[in-house]
Amino acid sequence: MTNLTQLTLSDAVDGLKAKKFSSQEITQAFLTQIDKSNAALNAYVVVTADKALDMAKASDAKLAKGKGGKLEGAPLGIKDLFCTKGVRTTACSNILGEFTPTYESTVTQNLWDEGSVMLGKLNMDEFAMGSSNETSRFGPPSNPWRRKNSNVKLTSGGSSGGSATAVSADLCLAATASDTGGSIRQPAAFTGLVGIKPTYGRASRYGMVAFASSLDQAGPLAKTVKDAALMLEVMCSGDAKDSTSLHLPVPQWTKSVGKSIKGMKIGVPKEYRVDGMPEEIEKLWSQGIAWAKAAGAEIVDVSLPHTKYALPAYYIVAPAEASSNLARYDGIRYGARQPGDGSLTSTYETTRAKGFGAEVQRRLLIGTYVLSAGYYDAYYLRAQKVRTRILQDFEEAFKQCDALLTPATPSAAFGYGEKGDDPVAMYLNDIFTVTANLAGLPAIAMPAGLDAQGLPLGLQVIGKALDEEACFKVAAAIEDAAAFTARPEKWW
Amino acid sequence: MSVDKNTVRKVARLARIAVPEERLEPMAKELNGILAWIEQLNEVDVAGVDPMTTPVAMQLPMREDVVTDGSKQDQVLANAPKSEEGFFVVPKVVE
Repeated sequence: MTNLTQLTLSDAVDGLKAKKFSSQEITQAFLTQIDKSNAALNAYVVVTADKALDMAKASDAKLAKGKGGKLEGAPLGIKDLFCTKGVRTTACSNILGEFTPTYESTVTQNLWDEGSVMLGKLNMDEFAMGSSNETSRFGPPSNPWRRKNSNVKLTSGGSSGGSATAVSADLCLAATASDTGGSIRQPAAFTGLVGIKPTYGRASRYGMVAFASSLDQAGPLAKTVKDAALMLEVMCSGDAKDSTSLHLPVPQWTKSVGKSIKGMKIGVPKEYRVDGMPEEIEKLWSQGIAWAKAAGAEIVDVSLPHTKYALPAYYIVAPAEASSNLARYDGIRYGARQPGDGSLTSTYETTRAKGFGAEVQRRLLIGTYVLSAGYYDAYYLRAQKVRTRILQDFEEAFKQCDALLTPATPSAAFGYGEKGDDPVAMYLNDIFTVTANLAGLPAIAMPAGLDAQGLPLGLQVIGKALDEEACFKVAAAIEDAAAFTARPEKWW
Repeated sequence: MSVDKNTVRKVARLARIAVPEERLEPMAKELNGILAWIEQLNEVDVAGVDPMTTPVAMQLPMREDVVTDGSKQDQVLANAPKSEEGFFVVPKVVE
């Protein structure tokens, strides 16, 4: 076994079970890599080396007896959005100070219950608000991928940029992430990874730092479709602590991977052919359609007429819910307090002015405005009705097909600062991903090729509600056809 | 609908975020940029459409009305910036 850190999660789990190497060996291999690389990549904001080795030791004891869970001994990275008992959790915001949860999120608890090992907490946009990780209190991570013959530092996307960096640079086997408007799938596309957001309610939101509660869903970032299926199987559960979680059996999605897509009907929505889309994305999409056809699927043209309204609706719903969720950060019960002039109101206002970054403040002001007296119906209620229209579009389309195939992002990874100061230009990154959040549908992104500059590009499969299986099947077929084996050239 | 400096001041107060006077005008501009872009939602016919709740219809779960959690004052206070004798300490609120 030459390089343990380069294994896929599935191969590592098999290797551990077969005792080809121990959990302590692979955990140590990752810790050594993190130690060497994190200064350049800035993926981890907390490294829990001692905890990782303790967990690995416990896993080795179980494995020695031929016991252990589905992920026994496998080292993972955790997005800093998931509360981890005794380990600082800040959602990469200053306002959370040195907040150290006294409880564990359900998603991470599920992972520990199946034996995985925590390497540390991963960088992200502050409160998951961003598409490039530039809003992190710890500064952004670097994308391991660079353009050919260039040393310009690129973003690994957002908000799960640290997770994407860590998995693509072999600093963990797989990572948790979360997706409110595309925060799993856009980073996956930017770093040549697979990422899935399940149907709303599949994963419990208990212990996840809340951004927009009607949109937030946890999911994994992983190296292969099978790895993503394995992670998602463990992460999802009905949970009494989250009344919006679905109390349904979690399917064995790993078994969907590799199933034939022969006879499946795959829809291609014409509205996703947006103005100004780079030719390369267009080409990649056509290639994906050709692959699906070659694998025996039938291609159907469909229409999702309300697509163009998805982003504007999102930028009402998400800030509105955020303004309500983030009201809890008052500097009184936890987090960093700033006294201001000493009065209670000034304590609140100064704590929040100093604790929240510029993008978070902008969204809180928008959210407060659209919910303020007299505007609720015109903005929030209307946006929620537009969401119904968007869901209806999907329901109509799914009368003719089993899944949709689209590009994952309108471009490859971009450089820091290349989007300028216009927040709307940055928001447009989520144009292909945000519809699935608004409609609550499962959607997966997987790598499908490289652009002319050598950067990865991704495609997306959107499934019917609760039909993650279709996402995994189609994604695996495309993964198979694309045979994407490119790796970033190591510069760090 | 566009926002002016005074609206930003009012909204910032509602959101309990201290926005310095010189930031009010630029912030109004930023918010107007976003709000102008959002205006296109007015083109959508939403007559008779219910607001979205969930793609998977389900009933809200019921449970027995019993205490399931609590008696952990130390955990609740563990991250407080300031606490004394089992209480959060806040700035003086009554004269």
